[in-house]
Amino acid sequence: MSSSAPGVPADPDPAGRPVLTRDDVVHLAHLSRLDLTEAELDTYVGQLEVILESVATVSEVAGDDIEPTSHAVPLTNVFRDDEPRPGLTQQQALDQAPAAVAGRFGVPQILGEDL
Amino acid sequence: MSMDAELTRMTAQALAGAIESGQVSSVEVTQAHLDRIAEVDGAVHAFLQVSTDRALAAAAAVDAARAAGEPAASVLAGVPLALKDVLVQQGVPTTAGSKILQGWIPPYDATVTRRLIEAGVVILGKTNMDEFAMGSSTENSAYGATHNPWDLDRIPGGSGGGSAAALAAFEAPLAIGSDTGGSIRQPAAVTGTVGAKPTYGGVSRYGVIALASSLDQVGPCARTVTDTALLHTVIAGHDPLDSTSIPQPVPDVLRGVRRGQTEGVAGMRIGVVTELGGEGYQSGVLSSFRRAVDTLQAAGAEIVEVSCPHFRYGLAAYYLILPSECSSNLARFDAMRYGLRVERTPDGAMLGSAEAVMSATRGAGFGAEVKRRIILGTYALSAGYYDAYYGSAQKVRTLITKDFDAAFGQADVLISPASPLTAFPLGEKANDPMAMYLNDLATIPGSLAGIPAMSVPSGLASDTGLPVGLQVMAPALGEEAMYRTAAAFEAAYIAEHGRTVPESVPELEVSSR
Repeated sequence: MSSSAPGVPADPDPAGRPVLTRDDVVHLAHLSRLDLTEAELDTYVGQLEVILESVATVSEVAGDDIEPTSHAVPLTNVFRDDEPRPGLTQQQALDQAPAAVAGRFGVPQILGEDL
Repeated sequence: MSMDAELTRMTAQALAGAIESGQVSSVEVTQAHLDRIAEVDGAVHAFLQVSTDRALAAAAAVDAARAAGEPAASVLAGVPLALKDVLVQQGVPTTAGSKILQGWIPPYDATVTRRLIEAGVVILGKTNMDEFAMGSSTENSAYGATHNPWDLDRIPGGSGGGSAAALAAFEAPLAIGSDTGGSIRQPAAVTGTVGAKPTYGGVSRYGVIALASSLDQVGPCARTVTDTALLHTVIAGHDPLDSTSIPQPVPDVLRGVRRGQTEGVAGMRIGVVTELGGEGYQSGVLSSFRRAVDTLQAAGAEIVEVSCPHFRYGLAAYYLILPSECSSNLARFDAMRYGLRVERTPDGAMLGSAEAVMSATRGAGFGAEVKRRIILGTYALSAGYYDAYYGSAQKVRTLITKDFDAAFGQADVLISPASPLTAFPLGEKANDPMAMYLNDLATIPGSLAGIPAMSVPSGLASDTGLPVGLQVMAPALGEEAMYRTAAAFEAAYIAEHGRTVPESVPELEVSSR
């Protein structure tokens, strides 16, 4: 699956069982910005398969007529008065940064050289 | 018993009274607990950080205010507390149990931290936890597991095992926990202490490092129901800095406790949830629970059996919603603004881009369970899978809430075991994620519905001799009835056994370690 269409997860197999390959986990790790070792990949493929098989049971009862619940106690349009309040100073905000340059967060190169 | 030992065994309520009346100073009380931590925490490892100087300074300020004739700042002024390391405290290292935040010093206080400080509560330090609150044993902490004071070879529960163990080891009379799927209630259950998860939105989460935002809730922990309720009143209430905070008065939890202690549960209908028992529950847990049901019936309750058929899908829904939300929340750990930054490959070469630095940092800074859940969440939120997984899980959440609504039509509160198992040996489930997830079986439905739920010790299991927790669940904002039930049960337990469960923790044998 991920060999044919990277980024598009596989459909569940005909038995309704999710299929997760090692390549899928590699792809998901990339999307999540997580460097994984080969050993981690080996471990996760099997474990995620077991977990996914177990959690897939939610589809048994999730009928079209059921409204989803996103928050337990719904609150909508929570506003506060638009009044300035003290926030962190520039120095406080930068104090714990891995790198700071000229009063800004110092970060590695964002765009590749070929761009 | 030495004066120190007496002070560490007292309730928070008694300590506050003794401090207010001048029988003892807050500095003496604080020092006694710091001494206790120095004596036993090498074996228990409840604390990641002990703030000795800060704690003594805070205690001295309480004593000075009293000497100046000022009224006590709160019902808990001068009493020490252990703060879970998921809440930020300005100037004190906060890690959430993760290597990615090692050495990070927060520039502000969480609202709960600020309320504690303003109430004169003395913060002793930060407690150990599963990394980013993901786990049921504290074994996922990047800084080593916490040991259960009942048996140092066993888990203290999780994720708030440090807070619960600090209470059971008499290192602190009060603690703060956070509960997403059971992280207050399951540790309370397996350490024989008390822990309450308030209604979702009942306590501010400003300054609480987020796990799953639609589920996370901060709550009070202690060794008695009264102490838990007192701490509840100090930390709860609306906070404009948290948009999910409930803009309504805090339920009168202290009245609930008083009624439970004086009237028991007379006239209350208490529901036993059929689905929260049986398969997957240890026999010693179930027999302790059955005795608790008899005790509550004798204390005046009408016991009714209620069925919540969709609870069996709770665990599955939870382990889709939680990873989805945590994969998004943990995206903030990007190595750019704070926390760890890994700039070189293992061979020492500079990484060429921000993206490579991000991936290397997250790969090095997150532990196994965190990575597992981030990948699972990223998968569940993928195009083409969203409806089948996250969408379906949210529908299950609706069904579980409806089950609760129906159950609360038949009963004022619901009860169940808080944890299916008593404390198991460290290492036993560390490499089996699914087995670990099952520890949340009884606590997850209440989390998904956002209702208040707490664990109060129901006694010791007949098979393992270890503590068992009784879970009491109430409708949203029904904390008064929840605390009443827990207080009534605790009073009946004391009447029968002569002491509370945490008063029977065996003396720690720390010299052998």
